[in-house]
Amino acid sequence: MLGKTAGGLYWMFRFLERSENTARLIEAGFRIALTRSRDSDSEWKSVVTTAGVRAGYDAKYDTYTAQHVVDYLLRDTSNPSSVMCAIENARTNARMVRTALTTEVWEAVNENWMAMKAALKKPIPETDLPALLGEIRRHSALVRGALHGTMLRNDAYDFAQIGTALERADNTARIIDVKYYTLLPSASFIGSAMDNVQWETILRSVSAHRSFRWLNANEMTSSGIAEFVILDSRFPRSLYFASRTIRANLGYLEKDYGATMPCHALIDQQVTKMRQHTIASIFEGGLHQFIGDFLRSNNAIGAQIQLDYRFDG
Amino acid sequence: MKSKTNHFDEMLLATDGVRDPYNKYQRWFSNEDPSRLAKKSKEAEAFFRRTGITFNVYGQEAAQERLIPFDLIPRIISNREWTKLSKGIEQRVRAINMFLHDIYNRQEILRAGIIPIDLIAKNDAFLPQMMGFTPPGNVYTHIVGTDIVRTGEDDFFVLEDNARTPSGVSYMLENRETMLQMFPELFSQNKVQPVSDYPKNLRRSLAACAPVNCSDDCTVAILTPGIHNSAYFEHSFLADQMGVELVEGHDLKVIDGHIAMRTTQGYQVIDVLYRRVDDDYLDPLNFRPESMLGVPGIMDVYRAGNITIANAPGTGIADDKAIYSYMPDIVEFYTGEKPILKNVQTFRCSEPDTLKYVLENLAELVVKEVHGSGGYGMLVGPAASKAEVAEFAEKLKQNPGNYIAQPTLSLSTVPIFKKKGLAPRHVDLRPFVLVSPGGIDITPGGLTRVALKEGSLVVNSSQGGGTKDTWVLED
Repeated sequence: MLGKTAGGLYWMFRFLERSENTARLIEAGFRIALTRSRDSDSEWKSVVTTAGVRAGYDAKYDTYTAQHVVDYLLRDTSNPSSVMCAIENARTNARMVRTALTTEVWEAVNENWMAMKAALKKPIPETDLPALLGEIRRHSALVRGALHGTMLRNDAYDFAQIGTALERADNTARIIDVKYYTLLPSASFIGSAMDNVQWETILRSVSAHRSFRWLNANEMTSSGIAEFVILDSRFPRSLYFASRTIRANLGYLEKDYGATMPCHALIDQQVTKMRQHTIASIFEGGLHQFIGDFLRSNNAIGAQIQLDYRFDG
Repeated sequence: MKSKTNHFDEMLLATDGVRDPYNKYQRWFSNEDPSRLAKKSKEAEAFFRRTGITFNVYGQEAAQERLIPFDLIPRIISNREWTKLSKGIEQRVRAINMFLHDIYNRQEILRAGIIPIDLIAKNDAFLPQMMGFTPPGNVYTHIVGTDIVRTGEDDFFVLEDNARTPSGVSYMLENRETMLQMFPELFSQNKVQPVSDYPKNLRRSLAACAPVNCSDDCTVAILTPGIHNSAYFEHSFLADQMGVELVEGHDLKVIDGHIAMRTTQGYQVIDVLYRRVDDDYLDPLNFRPESMLGVPGIMDVYRAGNITIANAPGTGIADDKAIYSYMPDIVEFYTGEKPILKNVQTFRCSEPDTLKYVLENLAELVVKEVHGSGGYGMLVGPAASKAEVAEFAEKLKQNPGNYIAQPTLSLSTVPIFKKKGLAPRHVDLRPFVLVSPGGIDITPGGLTRVALKEGSLVVNSSQGGGTKDTWVLED
């Protein structure tokens, strides 16, 4: 496989994952804004921060209103992380690597792009937002379904999975990074009303509010949530789960190509380090510090993979 | 049903009824509900969009990716007609390859005084870098797309030879695929010769032209200028269908005298490169220095016999429009046979007497740039306004050597489907020809392009032309 093809697959799935994550961030922000209108500005601000597009947004707007933030994150073509740009980038990469994709995957990506190009032509009125966000999630599920259902389990699949997992880990870590202070253990055993809303936002941002409740009944605690989104081995968007996915797929590549690369040592380190941690030890060393380290390590792994499989630059 | 046009209609007779090859189709068609067909036509369009069978039009930002309209009435060719056509094409392609070998080696045809030396020596399409070199297997034009037009029952003309990098074959394949999906019953009623083997044959044909010192399982790759190229869909489609890598210039590098592509496991040698990049851009060290699309040094690897480039660099000298007028002589010179297919009468504007004639009759003629393609920069006299004709006359006077003129042919028509019924439209035909040391293989059929505008003679997709599935019937 060409290095360029590996890169195309990796980026295609990173962008696809990014479009879905951005949609989910908007969804969580929108929900908070509906239920707590007074604080909604700061909530939208943290949505923009989490999406990692503060600089671009601030250069364009002075205030954090639902209308502006939603528009910037959904359809602004000057924002490279907007849903529209991400979907467009995913499709451009898919066109580049079309020979490595099944017809089903290609068509799902192309249809996603066609549908979103039409849907995001004009600003989205509030009434249409929930349906649209659902549409975004549905399209990206279709692509993923086509990937799982039709692609050979070979290197192409591995790069697609690695791209998805890396982006996912990055996204979850950034959500925690922006909200880490709301997860710090407080004096009160049961969180305040304020905490509850914040915690719910975190869970919704990673589509975990249902599964967390299901697993924990009514026990909503900051450390419970932190443990869930960082260390849980069943939750597909936890940092640990995503890291294990990266390791598994890098492992298939290692076996397939018969070559151990520097990225293998890096991902082993990351997984091992997480396995040695408990949520208590993470809090002890500092949650903020831990997440910062994780983001750096995750980025380093991404860069090393590009180097090892020759799709850098 | 009868033909409503003064031109030769390939389906409908002027009296009443249809020509033989269309008998069965006509019976099916007359039983079809037009609204069902209109619905099918919409479905086909949605299918093309979804699968991404699009092309890019240069200079049209808003409509970056466009569909080539597909018409659902097939163009049907009888086996008898095809046999004659394919013999004529084969003869012509054989002659072109011999001509190219001659031009880049002993130049007998120049010595014999059949073609003026200036026409070669001063031609941009002639590549001195190819002198004294014979490509692997002595094949120059691995893929040819001969453009054929028809004016009557037995009157076929070659309009262009397209010996560089002809495109359109993906449409031939996808059009058939679409027809099979939409109207399977038609294919059980009519015995249509299949086209689907083309990618397999292309790969085999290219592999047969591999360098001599290449191992048995040689590596073929397609070189594309990238996703912004107008024919990118076709490049990726062919790579996919052939099961080969689709590479760009920056994926390639010269390593130990070979061309190698950067893979996830290091560099891998390529033996045959089917390039869809023009000569000029192929090698910045040998041609345009600013080109980012090619591979620096590939010409040296080529001349050392370590890679096959398909088509060979410099084949453009054979399909140059100024050379075109000599094609009947070229065919006879190399094959010793009379040409089976006719040439369109061609006036070389470089000759003063001819230029005078062309200027006097401009409103009746079609004038083309010698190096032009894609229907750009041409004048269709009868369809142009007085002002356009006058403007073109000025251009012509300024640089006569840049133009040739041809009489406006009464191109045949084939009906297209309209909600109100059938409407005759002008067509041409581009069959696809594969050349290898083992012989010449022509896929039965080809790409039929159709001018969708009433009366228009310009079939190019960049100028609003559409396509049709092309059937060659078995006996």
